[in-house]
Amino acid sequence: MSMKRVVITGVGSVSPFGPGTAALVEGLLEGRSSVGTDGEMERIGGLRTRVVAKVIDVDPMAIPRKFRRSMSPMSVFATLAAREAVTQARLSSEEIGDGRLGVAIGSTVGSTQASEDFFRDFFIDDSLERMKSTLFFRIMNHSVAANVTQALGITGRMLAPASACSTGCQAIGFGYEMLACGRQEMMLCGGADEFHPLTAATFDIMNAASIGFNDSSERTPRPFDRDRDGVVCAEGAGVVLLETLDSALRRGAEILGEIAGFATVSDSSNIANPNPAAMAHCMRMALDDARVPPTQVDYVNAHATATLQGDVAESEAIGQLFGSRVPVSSYKGHMGHAMAASGSLELIAALELMRKGCLVPTRNLENIDPACGGIYHPPRVEEAPVAVFVKNNFALGGVNSSIVVRRYPHD
Amino acid sequence: MTDLEIIDLINTSLAEEFELDPAEMAPEANLYEDLGLDSLDTVDMVVVLEGAFHFKIREEESIREIRTLGDIHRFVIGKMRSAEKLSA
Repeated sequence: MSMKRVVITGVGSVSPFGPGTAALVEGLLEGRSSVGTDGEMERIGGLRTRVVAKVIDVDPMAIPRKFRRSMSPMSVFATLAAREAVTQARLSSEEIGDGRLGVAIGSTVGSTQASEDFFRDFFIDDSLERMKSTLFFRIMNHSVAANVTQALGITGRMLAPASACSTGCQAIGFGYEMLACGRQEMMLCGGADEFHPLTAATFDIMNAASIGFNDSSERTPRPFDRDRDGVVCAEGAGVVLLETLDSALRRGAEILGEIAGFATVSDSSNIANPNPAAMAHCMRMALDDARVPPTQVDYVNAHATATLQGDVAESEAIGQLFGSRVPVSSYKGHMGHAMAASGSLELIAALELMRKGCLVPTRNLENIDPACGGIYHPPRVEEAPVAVFVKNNFALGGVNSSIVVRRYPHD
Repeated sequence: MTDLEIIDLINTSLAEEFELDPAEMAPEANLYEDLGLDSLDTVDMVVVLEGAFHFKIREEESIREIRTLGDIHRFVIGKMRSAEKLSA
């Protein structure tokens, strides 16, 4: 079966830098931190981390109540991001609604806040009488995909991958595969998540959350740095419009880049601890899929969440494939870890920076941990003619995913 | 509560829940065609009214006959008055 080529013709972002891809890219280029603190976290007994990167300046009222009533914040973020993507791609309402367009957007879980609100009320008297009809639509696992589909009037297939930190990357990868196989002409793909203190607690319980910078939040997380002390949770949504090359050319759409390859593998060596060999295997498979040798890769956008083990494992894996030649950076030092949204948000940012011809270094990387050495960490914003980059995401549960993005047209 | 106080509480509660424009909340306004509500909203409307007036109406047969805002006003006023008689 001949596979179709797949390109990106629209991107949309809601990040801790605010709504819009322009705000995301500007925040990264200026080297700003979007990490702050949240008093809400103080109510959780035993929670040591207080740092978080929350979305700012979003107006949910921009979405009509008919659609907003079933949305928690993650669906609001994703809907605004999806709108941005289809607007950039100049999709007409007919093209959105005639079945050509599908959706693959996931989140780690449904809305934890909605679940908490329900159970707090339920446990008062074990009564369902105060339960609103729209609760379920906020807590179901495919809440984001369903809400985006409803709000935009999409009628193609709907998929809601849930693989924690790999969600956004996998959603784009699965969308790419569906398009390559000719099952849809266009797919809106990505991830979304909203912050809840229990998300930070998940990492804190495993001693993987940043707890040492509660009084200087802009100094954490610190991917690859010797003083890193863990994850800083974030929230947001990143959505890309993927399209077969044939469809994009037929529509005369501006092509932002090409999804050249994708791979996702299970690391069954441990449910929590990353394995460098499994990471390297994933990247190698994605490059094979793209028919791109490691020597042609110009940049690696790392998962690198600033955990002690994860950054070392990823550095080793990247080093195995690329040595110290290829620039590597993580955007989590700027905007924390947006969980299910991280893969798609970071891919969008890396794509836009490729189009601008520059690289953004890892924020807060002041002293490279020797265990994260052996790969090239660019020290500052650099002009760089990137033609191919690799985007990694590695999730708890042993879900590895890598995407290869190529400039379009390319030599 | 007077009839006017009941109507005011109904309108305020529904306007807040369903983001309705008070100018559109005439008694003859049809809940579906004029105010844009649907079956999910009517489920939540019962929850809102039960919370506002501290009564149970979900299983009442006559609630299924409600079509307009005025129908709600009359239904709730009737419910409140019969509750007053029972407690008198």
